[in-house]
Amino acid sequence: MIAYFLKRLAVAVPTLLVLIVLSYVLIHAAPGGPFDAERALPPEVMANLERKYGLDAPLAVQIWRYLVSIVTQFDFGPSFRYKDQSVNAIIAQGFPVTLTYGAWAFVAAVLVGIPLGIAAALRHNTVLDYLAVGVSVGAQVLPNFVMAPILTLVFTLWLGWLPGGGWQGGQWMYVVMPVIALSTSFMASIARIARSSMLEVLNADFIRTARAKGLPARRIVLGHALKPAMLPVVSYLGPAFVGMITGSVVIDVFFATGGIGQFFVNSALNRDYPVIMGVTILTGALTVSFNLLVDLLYAWIDPRIRY
Amino acid sequence: MILFGRRAVRAFAQPRGGRSLWRDARRRFLANRAATASLAVLVLVAAFALLGDVFAPWSNEEIDWSMLGAVAEKGAPSLANGHYFGVDQLGRDLYARTVQGTRISLMVGIVGALISVVVGTLYGATAGYFGGRLDGAMMRVVDVLMAIPYMFVLIVFMVVFGRSILMLFIGIGLVSWLDMARIARGQTLTIRNREFVEAAVAIGVRPGRIIARHIVPNLAGVVIVYATLLVPSMILYESFISFLGLGVQEPATSWGALIAAGAGQMQYGTLWQLLFPLFFFVVTLFAFFFLGDGLRDALDPKDR
Repeated sequence: MIAYFLKRLAVAVPTLLVLIVLSYVLIHAAPGGPFDAERALPPEVMANLERKYGLDAPLAVQIWRYLVSIVTQFDFGPSFRYKDQSVNAIIAQGFPVTLTYGAWAFVAAVLVGIPLGIAAALRHNTVLDYLAVGVSVGAQVLPNFVMAPILTLVFTLWLGWLPGGGWQGGQWMYVVMPVIALSTSFMASIARIARSSMLEVLNADFIRTARAKGLPARRIVLGHALKPAMLPVVSYLGPAFVGMITGSVVIDVFFATGGIGQFFVNSALNRDYPVIMGVTILTGALTVSFNLLVDLLYAWIDPRIRY
Repeated sequence: MILFGRRAVRAFAQPRGGRSLWRDARRRFLANRAATASLAVLVLVAAFALLGDVFAPWSNEEIDWSMLGAVAEKGAPSLANGHYFGVDQLGRDLYARTVQGTRISLMVGIVGALISVVVGTLYGATAGYFGGRLDGAMMRVVDVLMAIPYMFVLIVFMVVFGRSILMLFIGIGLVSWLDMARIARGQTLTIRNREFVEAAVAIGVRPGRIIARHIVPNLAGVVIVYATLLVPSMILYESFISFLGLGVQEPATSWGALIAAGAGQMQYGTLWQLLFPLFFFVVTLFAFFFLGDGLRDALDPKDR
C-alpha cells in the first residue's frame, strides 16, 4: 500500500512542479509587463518597481524564489493590481465561498447520481430506467454555463423565488442555484456510469452464483454487486472534481458570489499575474491531492490493482 | 524472395475481408435510428453554418439603427423585417450572428478533434509499439499533463498570447490529444503482438513504417469513435471560455459568447437572444453524443 502511495506521489509532485514552472514561464513570456500603464513610466521608476518585486533577476532565479516562498511560507506574493492586498488575502477571501457551494455540489452529484444509476440498473428496461437514462442524457448537454442562465430565468425572473446572484454570507437562498447549476451535468454522468457498471456486474457469474445459492436480492446488491460496480464511478470522481473546480469559475462570475473564480477572471482581464498564478497553482494542488485520494480509495476498494 | 516484396506486404496489410468489416459497421450504424437522425441533424447544422449567410438580409456586423434603444419592443424575431432570430442588444441581426457563431464553434470542435486524431494517434501508437522504458516515459508525460487543471492553463495561455481564434486552436490543440494518446496506446498494445505485425518485423520493415502502415490503420475504428465524442467536448471548452469573455473577441463570436450575451440581457425580456444560440448549442451537442454512441456500437470491437 505504501509502495503504491509513493508511486502515485511520484506523479503528483512533478505535476505540480510542471504546472508552476509552465505558468511562470508562460506569464514571463507575455508581451507587456504588469506595470505598463497608459503613460510610460520613467525607466528609473520602472527599474525600482521591478527590483521591489524581484523581477530583475534571471528567470530561473525568479522561479526558484517563487517556489521557495510557496513551499516554506505558503506565500504567493503580492497582487500587482491591488497594492494593498496579497494573493493570499484574495484567496482567503474568495476560496471559502467557492469551497462551500462546491462541496455541496460534489456531495449532491454523488449522493443523487449513484442511487439514481443503481435504481435504474435494478429496474432495467422499466419506466424508471428510461426516465433516468433520458434525464442523464439530457443533462449531459446542460453544462454549468447553460444551466445557470436557465435556472436564473425560471427561478428568479419568472417565479421570483430565488435571488439571481450574490452570496450574503452563504444563506441558503444564495447557495441553491450555484449548487444545482454546478452539479447537474456531473450528477448525470455519475448516474450513467453507475447504471452501466451495475448492469455489467449484475450479469457476472459470481452474481449468478449468489442468486443460485438463494441469497436475498438485497444482500446480493449491497454485499456483492455494490463494491465492484462502484469502481468506474470512483475513477470518474477525479475528472468530476476537476470539472467542478473549473465550472466554479463560471458559477462565481455568473452569480457574482465573490468566489475565487471571479477574482481569477478579473485578474485574467487585468493581467494581474500573481493572482492568476496563485489561483492556478491552488487549483492544481487541490486537483493533484484529490486525485491522490481517489487513487487510494480505488486501491482500498479493489485490492487487485495494488503494487 | 520477390514474393515478400513491398507489394506483397501491402496486399497482405489490406485483408480481403476488410471491406465487409466496414460494410458490417455501416449496416449496424444505419440500424440505429437515433444515430442516423443525429447525423441528419448535424448535416443540417453544418449546412446552416456554411450556407446560412445566403438567406440573411443583414450582415453580422451591420447595426439596424431603427432598432436601437427599442430592442425589447421591436427587436423580436420577425420575417417581415428580415431579422429571423431578432436582433441583439446593439441592434445587430441575431440570425447572421448565430450563423457566424455556429461556424466558429463547429470549426473549433473539428480542428480540436483533428489535432487530437493526428497527434494522439501517432503518440499513442509510438508509445504502445515500442513499449518498455520509452512507453513509461511517454505515458508519464501524458499523466502529468492530464492532472493539470487544463482550463486554467488555457486561460493563462489566452491572456498571455492574446485572444484570437488561432490561439484558441493552438491552446485547445495542446491538450486535446491526451485522451486519444491513451486510447491509441491501449489499442496498440493488443495489436502489436498480432501475426501480421510479427510478419512485418520478420521481413525487416522499419518501425516507423510498421506504425504508419500496420498499426494506425487498425486503430481507425476506435479513433473515429473517440474523435466524434471529442468534437462536442472541444465545443464545450470553447464555449466555456467564450462565456467568460476570455475566448473569441468581438466582432467574432461563438455559441458560448452568444449564450453569455443572451444571458446578460434576459432581464430586459429579449429572450430570443438566449434561446436561439442555446437551441443550436444543445441540439448539436446532443447529436454529436448520439452519433458517437452509434459509431461506437458499429465500430468498437469490444462490444461485438
